[in-house]
Amino acid sequence: MRSDDFSAPYDRLTRPLVREDGVLRPASWDEALERAARGFRRGVERHGPNSFGLLSCARATNEMNFMAQKFARVVVGTNNVDSCNRTCHAPSVAGLAAAFGSGGGTSSYAEIEDTDLIVIWGGNPRFAHPIFFQHVLKGVRNGARLVVVDPRRTPTAEWADRWLGLNVGTDIPLAHAIGREILDAGLANTTFIERATTGLDEYRALVDPWTLSAAEAETGVPAEAIRELAHAYARAERAQLCWTLGITEHHNATDNVRSLINLSLLTGHVGRHGSGLNPLRGQNNVQGGGDMGAIPDRLAGFQDILDARVRAPFERAWGRPIQGRKGLNLTQMFEAMEEGELKTLYVIGENPVQSEPETHKTTSRLRALDHLVVQDIFLTRTAEFADVVLPASAAWCESDGTFTNSERRVQLVRKALEPPEGARDDIEIMCDLASRLGHAWERPTAEDIWDEVRSLSPMHRGMSYTRLAELQGIQWPCYSEDTLEPSYLHSRLWSKDPEERGAPAPFGIVGHSPPVDLLDEHYPFRLTTGRRLDDYNTGVQTRGFSSPMRRGELLDLSPEDAAKLGIGDGETVRVVSRRGSVLVPASITESMRPGLVFMTFHFPDQVDTQTLTIDATDPIAGTAEYKAAAVRIERVAAEPEDAHRKDGTPAAEATTGG
Amino acid sequence: MTEPVLLPTPRRLIDATIDGRNVRVPEGTTVLEACSEQGTEIPTLCYGDTLTPRNACRVCVVEVEGARTLAPACSRRLEPGMSVATDSERVRHGRKLVLELLGSSVDLSTTPGVAAWMERYGAEPERFGPRAAPAAMGVRDARRAGEHHPGDGTTAETVEQPPKVDNELYVRDYSKCITCYKCVDACGDQWQNTFAIGVAGRGFDARISTEHDVALPDSACVYCGNCVEVCPTGALSFTTEFEMRRAGTWKEEEQTQTTTVCTYCGVGCNVTLHVQENEIVKVTSPHDNPVTHGNLCIKGRFGFQHVQRRGND
Amino acid sequence: MDLRLLDEAPTIAERDAVDSFLGEPESGWDGGTRQDSHLRYARGGHAARDRRDLLLPALHAVNDRVGWISRGALNHICRRLTIPPAEAYAVASFYAMFALHERPRRVVHLCTDIACAAAGAGRLRDRLNERLGAAGSSDAGTTWHESPCLGLCERAPAALALQADAPARYAVAAPATPRALDALTESPADDDTTSGSTNGHGPRNGLTFHDRPLPGASAEPDPATAIPDAGSPDHVLLRRIGRIDPLSLDDYRAAGGYAALREALRLGPAGVIREVTDSGLVGRGGAAFPTGRKWNATAQQPVTPHYLVCNADESEPGTFKDRVLMEGDPFAVVEAMTIAGYAIGARTGYLYIRGEYPRALTHLENALVQARERGLLGPDVMGAGFAFDIEIRRGAGAYICGEETAIFGSIEGLRGEPRSKPPFPVEKGLFGRPTAVNNVETLVNVLPVLLMGGPAYAAQGTEGSTGTKLFCLSGGVRRPGLYEMPFGATLGDLVEAAGGMPEGRSIRAVLLGGAAGTFVRGDELDIPLTFEGARASGTSLGSGVVLVLDDTADLIATLVRVAAFFRDESCGQCVPCRVGTVRQEEALVRLRSGASPERELPLLREVGQAMRDASICGLGQTAWNAVESAVDRLGLFTDSTTTAPDARATTEEAR
Repeated sequence: MRSDDFSAPYDRLTRPLVREDGVLRPASWDEALERAARGFRRGVERHGPNSFGLLSCARATNEMNFMAQKFARVVVGTNNVDSCNRTCHAPSVAGLAAAFGSGGGTSSYAEIEDTDLIVIWGGNPRFAHPIFFQHVLKGVRNGARLVVVDPRRTPTAEWADRWLGLNVGTDIPLAHAIGREILDAGLANTTFIERATTGLDEYRALVDPWTLSAAEAETGVPAEAIRELAHAYARAERAQLCWTLGITEHHNATDNVRSLINLSLLTGHVGRHGSGLNPLRGQNNVQGGGDMGAIPDRLAGFQDILDARVRAPFERAWGRPIQGRKGLNLTQMFEAMEEGELKTLYVIGENPVQSEPETHKTTSRLRALDHLVVQDIFLTRTAEFADVVLPASAAWCESDGTFTNSERRVQLVRKALEPPEGARDDIEIMCDLASRLGHAWERPTAEDIWDEVRSLSPMHRGMSYTRLAELQGIQWPCYSEDTLEPSYLHSRLWSKDPEERGAPAPFGIVGHSPPVDLLDEHYPFRLTTGRRLDDYNTGVQTRGFSSPMRRGELLDLSPEDAAKLGIGDGETVRVVSRRGSVLVPASITESMRPGLVFMTFHFPDQVDTQTLTIDATDPIAGTAEYKAAAVRIERVAAEPEDAHRKDGTPAAEATTGG
Repeated sequence: MTEPVLLPTPRRLIDATIDGRNVRVPEGTTVLEACSEQGTEIPTLCYGDTLTPRNACRVCVVEVEGARTLAPACSRRLEPGMSVATDSERVRHGRKLVLELLGSSVDLSTTPGVAAWMERYGAEPERFGPRAAPAAMGVRDARRAGEHHPGDGTTAETVEQPPKVDNELYVRDYSKCITCYKCVDACGDQWQNTFAIGVAGRGFDARISTEHDVALPDSACVYCGNCVEVCPTGALSFTTEFEMRRAGTWKEEEQTQTTTVCTYCGVGCNVTLHVQENEIVKVTSPHDNPVTHGNLCIKGRFGFQHVQRRGND
Repeated sequence: MDLRLLDEAPTIAERDAVDSFLGEPESGWDGGTRQDSHLRYARGGHAARDRRDLLLPALHAVNDRVGWISRGALNHICRRLTIPPAEAYAVASFYAMFALHERPRRVVHLCTDIACAAAGAGRLRDRLNERLGAAGSSDAGTTWHESPCLGLCERAPAALALQADAPARYAVAAPATPRALDALTESPADDDTTSGSTNGHGPRNGLTFHDRPLPGASAEPDPATAIPDAGSPDHVLLRRIGRIDPLSLDDYRAAGGYAALREALRLGPAGVIREVTDSGLVGRGGAAFPTGRKWNATAQQPVTPHYLVCNADESEPGTFKDRVLMEGDPFAVVEAMTIAGYAIGARTGYLYIRGEYPRALTHLENALVQARERGLLGPDVMGAGFAFDIEIRRGAGAYICGEETAIFGSIEGLRGEPRSKPPFPVEKGLFGRPTAVNNVETLVNVLPVLLMGGPAYAAQGTEGSTGTKLFCLSGGVRRPGLYEMPFGATLGDLVEAAGGMPEGRSIRAVLLGGAAGTFVRGDELDIPLTFEGARASGTSLGSGVVLVLDDTADLIATLVRVAAFFRDESCGQCVPCRVGTVRQEEALVRLRSGASPERELPLLREVGQAMRDASICGLGQTAWNAVESAVDRLGLFTDSTTTAPDARATTEEAR
């Protein structure tokens, strides 16, 4: 079904597959569904509902995600449901929720066009969020200043009035030094702080050691540049602070997010038109998946599962109790597989084999499962481990529903194509499975499901399909069908009336914790990762089209390092971390500085970058530290024929430890 | 809400006359906007609903009473007391000639609407003589500003040349280019800010070009296709469309258009899928969409093939 | 900006040419040497992009040094100025004087425009063809091009040689005899004074060109030789030319220079505007707009800064008055600009001079240096607490850049494309700010206005046309040259002042106002040369061109040349002009070959009407003027007696 050429596109799955004698063979839908259901039933019977895990899909519709979490909670009876938003923005959600009680970005694209200062921290939206960056550029053309904080001088940074090239993993020292300077210079917004925040004194003590020079020593950014940014941010009439995975893919990611939010609290750059905080989401429905409750600790509408008053209406509607405890998140599920506590796994549209760090660990954990069902449009590397593979439809163009974007805008997804013969809609498959497991779910339409969401989630209540169509999407919250809220969140914090103001936003008291994977003489290079413009995640979708810009996986390194190591542009090198090594062609680029190298995850079948990365994870959100591995680079020029193997085996070398 | 919300100052209303009818519009309204409001059709080619008017094509000219020359409806704003004629003899003559001049120098076969306008204004592009043979590839791009070989006048010079096919995603067929600047503005500071193309040369030899006329893969192009989105003539087209047209299998009337949301990053771009026989043949974006304003990136524009690799196992 | 540059490096000479103009790069990010500190912090953004207006001079710097603009050189400019290469290419390819392909260091521009054609440029073209190969050929050590009017019409035919070097060199041959032309094309590229190598020096003292002409070429005659009655007591604008050293500020002051600025400072900005308004002065560039009103409108704009632009892009075929003023009395231009800047509240004035005027450029550059040294430009002009300085921008071979909005694009580092009006320059001009654009002659008139007082100035000339006017006489008259006359003289008076026609020659037609002007007949010499008089006669003064064609002139060839001129000089932005100028030329070529006027003339008329009605700017709107007047006024093509004999023959053969 898939050619051996690592860059060849995948073909759609059109027949269910079941494992027999260790290999996957085509099967009828009936047989496959029966096998899948039987495996789930047996698992629950033998090991209880919490031995089941469900990975929902951040690329599928809100409706699908709602049904998936309902499947886990109602059909199986567990809160073990999560998705790959764990691998990107869970820390943003956790950080924002801790500060403001709600996990969405606080501002809007249109406001980016209408602001005075845009700070992009740990993100390269020019490549990763191109159309968002058009809004940034509108702002810039309207006169806004742009500051980019990133270890690399990315294409985004090239647009900036100022670029600060910090060391990987030193975001907190930089943020703290900015906070200290703002306080020191008397530029803090004392009215806002007094009215709407708590914990300033603790914060002041926290940041006190981070003088400009201490921060310069730790971050590598000149003290003057830090001071300049502090003053610019504090003095700006309106300012936007945006971040992406450079902040969140760290072992202390939630702390990183909190340290940035602190700056907005210090200056009052939140809750006003043109001032806000924007985590830029990496996948089409990461926001929505979480909003729908396809996460272990929240129900639809981002409602706390620990709160019995929240659970009650759901239990009433579903006619079944919901566990009043958090389920396992994705990271914990994988750990539980290793512990033997999680036995069955239902994966919808996710590819953890290629998206999780330390690939060989992931595969051995999947092998340990009793029962793995993968529902996808392709036979992914993960699906290859499955007991049952169910061919699904492509959510964005073969089904109806909604997605929620980074500015909290819920938008209609409409079916434009018939799925290939043999593939079925995700919701339809789930309903069939539910029936076989004793829950006679009628096959509801997407709109039926959405109306159920609206009945249970106050912040979605006003968003009928008709209205979503008319207004080209609506940003949450939207409490009733005849109103619209402002395009930014948390204006309450500015209220003079304490009642209206509600809970104050606490400063995050978070300390610096350098990357777990330490640099030393054996591993002297800091490997960081990210996206390129024309590719996406593990490449499963993007390899379907022929991009004139695509050059496959590359190791970006500085001209200085290339010269020192005697590496030519395009020459294949070996990159070795404490966990494994890969062979990858080098790309010499001025955007890198000595000691820093960069790779993507887009071509795992060519170069399995995850072999190198570390699975140190954020304890709060569970996101892994993709952005900071320690590696060394070895020349392999003497070895012939390695970069372009014809046999198609991935150019990854299985080594054990470093 | 405790902060006062600053509302834009309400625009003053002004009174003017279009074709003898009084109109009352907010200050700053263009003649084109006022006309479309009152249902008067004005032909446009270089006008783009997401772009600042360049008023380069001049097919939308109208007659403003008292003005020495005709005015472009797309960019001229109504002023109090202004009297505008949209169908006077001068206007009809101006439009007819613009259509004839374009028709005699450019291949308008894929320009929507132009045939009807030609008929309405009695344009006969062929009266300038038989079309000159198309230029060989690269010849027009090598022309030096301020210099030309006049020829003998027996044929009408055109901009025709072979299509530029230098990548797998879209084709530049500059025989169809009316030099409306829309692709340049969409690629440039108005949206994409990539600046892969500009108008090079000048006069009749002006042409859309990358730096030094290098092929797109060597240029700054990032294949967002936003130039294709705004091209009014089909000079820029997706390879799928270009090849289907060539093969005679492009059937626009059979296509459905469905607007959905892009499957890639979390920005939430709206994509309109043009589907023919259950295959996506083109991707556009609604120009009035608050997220995209009609723009997409390479993934949104071209990254759809994966869903229709339906295999044959 | 995320520039993507081609992978080609500049040569040492190219890099040096750019860097000596722009200064050394700030960091590794803009073309300098990478240092550790650059890898932690970078500036860019708005400040980097705001230097776009240095693009045109940077292109000149390379073209002047190397002779052409390579990919590597363009890359370096783009990196230094943060300009996308496709945009820089779009700009560079707009100008005729820039080459984007390698060519010999020396380029001869042979004027083949109307006046020079009438004076035998065709034979010179044949000679160059024979000696150097086809125009643009790179086989010989020198290449050549046909050029539109070089503004040396009083000495037609003319040729200009430019040689890339450090600094660049030039020579003028006018009248260009075959021998003078040979000297321009054959003399050694290098001589002992300049190495011609890449380690030469950049422009000295802010001067662009070497102070000696190309070896072998003869020195240009004194600017005053362009004025047949130089020294006449009736001269107002030309009074100093020939009497002072144009390179000496002391000479200028000794001859009354800077008295007008002193008076202006006494009057204050509003007082200056009042005097200029009272003087009735109107623009001399062709549009005849009241200068006082323009200044007042600019001065009143609340948006700042305000800019002054002196339009010295004199390119209308047959015009050379501004060249003579700039060459012969450059300080007057500087002083007048200073007064204008003071009046309208500008701190910066741009003097945009066409690229074909190396001597005028040199004289102005010298004048700026001296004026700054004496505090007559700079942060505190004349100690009066008023700051003003002038930047020169050199065009590069594009007639359209003399259009009052196209000039903004050219200065801003964009293509020289006209903009739609409204908004008018007084509201949104250069860099989108309130701007007064004035022609050189207009500005120089401000000096007598202030010295005489507005009302006294207004007493000269006629009621509708006050003051004096410069007329550029060329063509068949005995003494072509620059004439200054009070408004009110007739065309006949002027022809007479120029010595009339040589024995046995009669006037076939007079082209008034240049290529954008109109033909009048030889029997219409009583037309009064005032704005209102010309208008009443269905013609216009334009920029003051009076080009006399005698009875031997090939009128159809002249029209074809005019049509070719417009086709070459159209910016290409709007359809009526871009295609209309081509169709106009094609029809005229057919007529020249004997096509039927009954068929062609209606076509021409329709195209002409559309160009006039629907073009964006004056170029397209006037591109049909001359042809129309030749048909309607001279009866060309309609009156069988006026059709040239050879054309009749062809017509008959064709039948």
